[in-house]
Amino acid sequence: MHGMRGLSVFISDIRNCQNKEQERLRIDKELGNVRNRFKNEKGLTPYEKKKYVWKMLYIFMLGYDVDFGHMEAVSLISAPKYPEKQVGYIVTSCLLNENHDFLRLAINTVRNDIIGRNETFQCLALTMVGNIGGREFAESLAPDVQKLLLSSSCRPLVRKKAALCLLRLYRKNPDVVNVDGWADRMAQLLDERDLGVLTSSMSLLVALVSNNHEAYWSCLPKCVKILDRLARNQDVPQEYTYYGIPSPWLQVKTMRALQYFPTIEDPYTRRTLFEVLQRILMGTDVVKNVNKNNASHAVLFEALALVMHLDAEKEMMSQCVALLGKFIAVREPNIRYLGLENMTRMLMVTDVQDIIKRHQAQIITSLKDPDVSIRRRALDLLYGMCDVTNAKDIVEELLQYLSSADFTMREELSLKAAILAEKFAPDLSWYVDVILQLIDKAGDFISDDIWFRVVQFVTNNDDLQPYAAAKVKEYIDKPAVHETMVKVSAYILGEYSHLLARRPGCSPKEIFSILHEKLPTVSTTTIPILLSAYAKILMHTQPPDQELQSQIWAIFNKYESCIDAEIQQRAVEYLALCQKGAALTDILAEMPKFPERKSSLIKRAEYSEADTAEQSAIKLRAQQQTSNALVVTDQIPANGATSPVSVGQLSLVKVPSLVTTENDTSTDRALSQQNGASSKVDPQPPSADLLSDILGPLAIEGPPGATVQSEHNAVSGLEGDSDAVDGSAIVVVEEQTNTVQPIGNIDERFRALCLKDSGVLYEDPYIQIGIKAEWRGHHGRLVLFLGNKNTAPLISVQAIILPPAQLKVELSLVPDTIPPRAQVQCPLEVVNLRPSRDVAVLDFSYKFGTNMVNVKLRLPAVLNKFLQPIQVSAEEFFPQWRSLSGPPLKLQEVVRGVRPMPLPEMANLLSSFHIMICPGLDPNPNNLVASTTFYSESTRAMLCLVRIETDPADRTQLRMTLSSGDPTLTFELKEFIKEQLISIPTAPRSPAPSAAPPTAQPSPQIPPNDPAAILAGLLS
Amino acid sequence: MIHFVLLISRQGKVRLTKWYSPYSQKERTKVIRELSGVILTRGPKLCNFVDWRGFKVVYKRYASLYFCMCIDQDDNELEVLEIIHHFVEILDRYFGSVCELDLIFNFHKAYYILDELLLAGELQESSKKTIARLIAAQDSLVETAKEQASSISNIIAQATK
Repeated sequence: MHGMRGLSVFISDIRNCQNKEQERLRIDKELGNVRNRFKNEKGLTPYEKKKYVWKMLYIFMLGYDVDFGHMEAVSLISAPKYPEKQVGYIVTSCLLNENHDFLRLAINTVRNDIIGRNETFQCLALTMVGNIGGREFAESLAPDVQKLLLSSSCRPLVRKKAALCLLRLYRKNPDVVNVDGWADRMAQLLDERDLGVLTSSMSLLVALVSNNHEAYWSCLPKCVKILDRLARNQDVPQEYTYYGIPSPWLQVKTMRALQYFPTIEDPYTRRTLFEVLQRILMGTDVVKNVNKNNASHAVLFEALALVMHLDAEKEMMSQCVALLGKFIAVREPNIRYLGLENMTRMLMVTDVQDIIKRHQAQIITSLKDPDVSIRRRALDLLYGMCDVTNAKDIVEELLQYLSSADFTMREELSLKAAILAEKFAPDLSWYVDVILQLIDKAGDFISDDIWFRVVQFVTNNDDLQPYAAAKVKEYIDKPAVHETMVKVSAYILGEYSHLLARRPGCSPKEIFSILHEKLPTVSTTTIPILLSAYAKILMHTQPPDQELQSQIWAIFNKYESCIDAEIQQRAVEYLALCQKGAALTDILAEMPKFPERKSSLIKRAEYSEADTAEQSAIKLRAQQQTSNALVVTDQIPANGATSPVSVGQLSLVKVPSLVTTENDTSTDRALSQQNGASSKVDPQPPSADLLSDILGPLAIEGPPGATVQSEHNAVSGLEGDSDAVDGSAIVVVEEQTNTVQPIGNIDERFRALCLKDSGVLYEDPYIQIGIKAEWRGHHGRLVLFLGNKNTAPLISVQAIILPPAQLKVELSLVPDTIPPRAQVQCPLEVVNLRPSRDVAVLDFSYKFGTNMVNVKLRLPAVLNKFLQPIQVSAEEFFPQWRSLSGPPLKLQEVVRGVRPMPLPEMANLLSSFHIMICPGLDPNPNNLVASTTFYSESTRAMLCLVRIETDPADRTQLRMTLSSGDPTLTFELKEFIKEQLISIPTAPRSPAPSAAPPTAQPSPQIPPNDPAAILAGLLS
Repeated sequence: MIHFVLLISRQGKVRLTKWYSPYSQKERTKVIRELSGVILTRGPKLCNFVDWRGFKVVYKRYASLYFCMCIDQDDNELEVLEIIHHFVEILDRYFGSVCELDLIFNFHKAYYILDELLLAGELQESSKKTIARLIAAQDSLVETAKEQASSISNIIAQATK
């Protein structure tokens, strides 16, 4: 060991400092010293130079700014001797990051070291580039680094660094790895015997396949082989075993790489892999040695993730859940943590939710774990596993936990509880209970949207109103109440306390005094809500109570001169209204129902999920899952009435125009006639915006529903200034409500789903039908997600599949009713019997209120779903191509009227249908040769070869040759490709809303040559 | 991927830092401050993982020193925990039952060793023997250069006598 005295002395000086101030002084002194020494660099020996840059690095590491000396560190890199060079490289890579300009100065030196012959210099250079190289390094050094990695003359110590260095450069700029050329080389690298190089190469592979697995299929069997070799401990040098386990890290990385391949087709490879996985699952025991235990469980948890990804047979899945169930109850906290985390990931797999639910009690126990990390995982898991069946238990546990939870978790906890309560409420009174408890226990953590939402539910459900009113009264009766509780209570009691009038202690006077007691304790944002409540209470007091009236008027009087504009305005307006006597009743009538709209809470939850989403295979699956979850978009305005009914009406439907009428401004009246019904609310004083900010999210953004409109009409009718414009506007609205319009274009949705495996198949204001499909050979498994977007149930739900002759389709039982805001999953099994382009149709109907809705939807179980891309080499292609010599196995057709597109675009189009381009087989650059495998029961796996010859002079025509071992398949595939080339999906306009009959089927215009459309037409 | 490695003493003193993702000095200081607050306050019988700003930090305490590595949410936590232990074993072999003082006064050595263990935030070598060999080779390169230098300066000294 070689010490450096000056450095050691400096470090012990720092250590001897009594406080931060002394340390600072000592460091400033040293920095001054180093700066001076660097100034006349000439006199510095290499030893001194090294010593000073180490001191700089030490100071920098402690967190002090070092704004000089970077040049000296970088210049050491170009020193001729190893000791200086080594220090230069290490200090530079710690001192600078990839964004530093100084680094650019070094590129040339670094490159010279990489391409030079000195392997120790190569190692130093590769290490620095691998740790801090940026885009510029990627562009100028990637080819050299690749050469080193592949070179047979380089020793493993250089090549393993080259592999990880390339990984870094690839992360900075993926273009530096040329996919075409690299795939084969990557596969070769996996044959590497040196486990150091293999470990590094595997990390590189993980990064490559995470971006594009298609190119690296040839690596898949090799990964399985490596895993098999490691798991059997064959041929693993002693030094690469860790506590008796053959390189656990390489095992983990290999399984990680495998998770990026969607499936494993080859039966042999699949079987081998499952044997290995089975052995890991069954053979991992808990042992005393902590490190051995950790290493073996690192492998085990990765194996679990891989099993989940491969969606293994149910038996293996239940084995996994059983293991996890065991883990979440063990004493070792790491395993408990990981058990919970992996169970949450497991929720993404269908079929296992029920088994996971058996562990609910244990998971709830973990919510009280002494370790906050574990509590968080338990919360995530409970949130994820919650559904209609267990919502009550889970939410109540969360509520109980809320009072003792750490402050850092309370906000998340209350948001999650609120979302679950809304999503899965078995009945609405329970929902109200939960939200009120939340406000009571954690008022500070309750955002406005939570209480807005409960008000919306109460307003929309008549049965709920007396219950909610009685409930809030109980809470507000308590001496210390959170301000949010005052707001929600004031709103609900103002609207609905008259429903309680006969109960003891609920007379208007009593309600008023309970509310008014709170006024001195609240802030200015709450006072306007209280004033509105007073006005409403007063209005509901029949016969009028003089004493109450004078009390309330006195309050209005007092606030008439309030400095807060919003409070002042309300006070003035309410006082004016009170003078109007009987008309008050109409104006202060109960709030209209809110139109159904997406919960901003659920929106928020989705947003934050998307925000933290990551790119792992598992996470990608999770995202697909969320996209299938009930996603309710805001309703598209169904008519021309665009004026958003803003908060003015929330508290008081028609105050503004009434006030102005009283002051007799004829311009206002003219304006209101001009704008029709909805303009009644338009001439709002600007200060009302303040309130609309407070209550904003509750305010109606979508179309004013029919109820709102008729309410307006009723009011204006009573007022006696209803005019013709009003009337006609309402007629249009009535018509609209009977028509259920699909949201989005059904045809476009279908076409999109032909190319991907999950997404939305259909959506209208009441329901959303999502789909998620998995294809394996000639089998398909689809899950329909039927999501009710409303707070009322959908009834008479019926789904019938009308399969074409070539498909065997089995749909599991579809429930007759979909509860409010619930989502129902209906699995669907598909077997492809023989090649055909016909499409299965889903005949779906349901009833909402009096609306009977029936739609016929094409299912994306189309021909290309049974194709698997396959790369065919020249040696395989040509004999096959020649052996299928002519019709009916080989068909040729000149196609005209092709949509002109450049060749790469055509290649992309084909590969999007799983038809794989085989580059280089056809010497003519204007031709495309491609191959694919088709799966059906009659044909089994069958190779199909395609050749497309284009004419560069005329892009609208081409000659297409198709061959396969089955005449029908050849014909069907030829027609299929032809359709794709001729009619590229263009979005047909959906029929104009006004043209739709009252109970219209939202069937889109489908091109007449579309067989599915003809089928659907025949059946309807 | 490992985004950074931190060695922090029980008193919150920084003993070693290595950053594989770009962080400015300001961000580095902030990260260290935040994580010291989270990790040093955790009790002894808790798990070795903490959630932190959408990442995970895997840490383990060895005597008075906390070894921390920050990884992505979906990385394999136990794998990284054992990388930490692997690192400690290599340090132990090199220094001969390593203690905090060894690392304080030889932090540059710790960097050499870390650079053979991790690269680009990934594990580079899992054989302790190989790493020990490589570090020994580096040391001898430096020694040889030193001897050469001193012999040259001897020659010069003698020639100018």
